[in-house]
Amino acid sequence: MRVKVGGEEEEIVAKVEEISGQNIMLCYQCGQCSASCPMADYMDLIPSRVMKMLQLGMVDDVFKANTMWICATCLKCSVMCPKDIDVAAVMEALRQIVLRRNEEYLSLGKISKDRIEELPQIALIASARKMTP
Amino acid sequence: MVGGVGRKEDRKTAYDAGMMKIAYYPGCTLKTTARSFEKSVIASYRVLGIEYIELEKWTCCGTYFSLAKDDLVHHIASIRNLIRVKEAGYDRVVAPCSMCYNTLKMANEEVRNDEEKAYRINSFMDEEEDYRGDVEVLHPFDLLREVGMDRVRGAVKKPLEGLKVMPYYGCMLVRPEIAALGKGELPGIMEDLIKALGGVPVYTPYNIECCGSYHVVSNPDFVMARARDIAKKAVMEGAEVIITSCPLCHYNLDRMQLEAKRKWKDFKEIPAIYFSQLMAIAFGLGKKDIALDGNYVDPRPLFEAKGLV
Amino acid sequence: MKDGVGAKGKKVANTAMNDEAEEEKKKVTIYIMGKAYEVPAGLTIMKAVEYAGFQYIRGAGCRAGFCGACATVYRKKGDYKLYTALACQTAVEDGMYLTQLPFVPANKAKYDIEKIEVSPNTLIKFYPELVRCVSCNTCTKSCPQDLEVMYYIQAAIRGDIEKVAKLSFDCIQCGLCAIRCPAEIAHYHVAQLARRLYGKYMSPTPKHLLERIKEIESGKFDREMEEIMKMSIEKIKKMYAERDIEGATEARAKAEKD
Ligand code: SF4
Ligand code: SF4
Ligand code: FES
Repeated sequence: MRVKVGGEEEEIVAKVEEISGQNIMLCYQCGQCSASCPMADYMDLIPSRVMKMLQLGMVDDVFKANTMWICATCLKCSVMCPKDIDVAAVMEALRQIVLRRNEEYLSLGKISKDRIEELPQIALIASARKMTP
Repeated sequence: MVGGVGRKEDRKTAYDAGMMKIAYYPGCTLKTTARSFEKSVIASYRVLGIEYIELEKWTCCGTYFSLAKDDLVHHIASIRNLIRVKEAGYDRVVAPCSMCYNTLKMANEEVRNDEEKAYRINSFMDEEEDYRGDVEVLHPFDLLREVGMDRVRGAVKKPLEGLKVMPYYGCMLVRPEIAALGKGELPGIMEDLIKALGGVPVYTPYNIECCGSYHVVSNPDFVMARARDIAKKAVMEGAEVIITSCPLCHYNLDRMQLEAKRKWKDFKEIPAIYFSQLMAIAFGLGKKDIALDGNYVDPRPLFEAKGLV
Repeated sequence: MKDGVGAKGKKVANTAMNDEAEEEKKKVTIYIMGKAYEVPAGLTIMKAVEYAGFQYIRGAGCRAGFCGACATVYRKKGDYKLYTALACQTAVEDGMYLTQLPFVPANKAKYDIEKIEVSPNTLIKFYPELVRCVSCNTCTKSCPQDLEVMYYIQAAIRGDIEKVAKLSFDCIQCGLCAIRCPAEIAHYHVAQLARRLYGKYMSPTPKHLLERIKEIESGKFDREMEEIMKMSIEKIKKMYAERDIEGATEARAKAEKD
């Protein structure tokens, strides 16, 4: 049961479920995703926390946190989840919601030219796809 | 049209005749920062009787695969490349870069398993023939299984003499299951390869852990810490070299070790190379095919000391 | 998805003008920025726009398909496709809804071509948005020069400068690709940089060019130049009209003989 029933929050959570194709309510907070996440150390909210907050409709806090951007789409959480939730897809949905508002996380023009010179294409392309609208 | 050799029924004959041709999708990075990968993978597979025929036209694979269920435009690139494979007369394509392999395969499965999505993607690409998922996406490791390790062993001219090698799969070869090389997250194919080449595989908990991936663009510090942890564990477990099949993992492990060294003085580097370079070394190929020159952590001293190159 | 798909906006070019007298009788209706105008069939879009009473102060240049100033977008009745064309090269069709693009805003990177050290990532360095290409092929579909724009962008991503230069050779910088691209790439600027780099650092220097430069520098043509400078405008015009064009002279002779 969501704490904030109805209203804008619920709509956004529904959107996350629609884009990710996941049922967020299935999460029972075992924490496997967070335990296995290689980037958890750098996240404002660990993945299981994001799941819980989405269940509670606390979308503002979720969007304020850096979690979705720090996620590296390594899919470890998704294979670990005993409830078969594709947690990485939930992160993707959160990113998509922001990107679809035409807001960017990564500014390609601000990466130094020297770094671009040596970075592999694959890194730039993947970053652009995950972090630019 | 390249007739025959792409088709299943003719494959055996082609193998028996010593030259099996397969459509080859390089991906952008194999043409730029990972040229050593391209050179060595083509050369070492030729030794096994497999010839990579590069697609005449191809675009970026569209990495990394979009996990959003309604984000079809980001699958267009993959599907377009698979159409190019068909047009070239093949029904299979090999993509050595782990990320390309994963992205192409995931998009392929998406079209195979979801008619509605397939229809919408095909409608969007109204200038192309319809695509229904009839191309098979392979990684060079799939081909190793196909030819069998006996053939690999037979090709070895300079056995690695017990060289301790950490097989670094990263993420894209083992996750998610639909794109994975084997059941579960432990395909074992790199271990088999290392043994066939005369080396000893080294197991660490980091073999299937993420290197930090594309975050090297926006958050290089995180990736540096990952590279340090992976390298540290490899050294601790006695590995002398790390092998990978992903140009991004390779860049992250190789380049970021330099940064790690700068930050943590007692950090001990370990060279990272492509699995195909290790094959080329053991097959006794020439310097050009092994292409050990482009690394940040120089692997040459190790192999020179062992008399392998 | 090939069925039911017509060919790309047909380019009739100026040849249609020969039958002008006959075509004059036939009229078609076109919609310029939403307003209907009856214009003679067979006119180019550019002529039709002028026939309708507009005067070009932008968006027209060479009137011959070379300058790229006259980028135009249009739809046809009952057809979802957004067509693109050069107004000076495309004949009007009944029911066209059209507008011309007087200008396409696109950033051009600043560089000193003398100082660039060419590497595989050079083009991405100046145009990092390149990596956003989704291979939708919209650029190729919109190019009035029928270039393989998507493939030159893809070649740019993987640092194949020679391929970019060759595939984009006929680009006239009309900007239609750039205005359509969902990745917000400025294709023609990327291609121009690639051709410059190719010309400067990669293509072999032609021997005859070096020789000609030497000749010029040693003053071989100074006298002829002085003579031309002294000529009257009329004489120069006459000389220009009668000048020898490679291939054209023979063609003219052949035409006269026939
Ligand atoms: S490549 Fe772009 S700018 Fe150049 S001619 Fe084609 S559409 Fe116009
Ligand atoms: S229109 Fe833009 S995104 Fe689409 S193929 Fe061309 S360059 Fe790529
Ligand atoms: S006016 Fe120059 S191309 Fe049309």
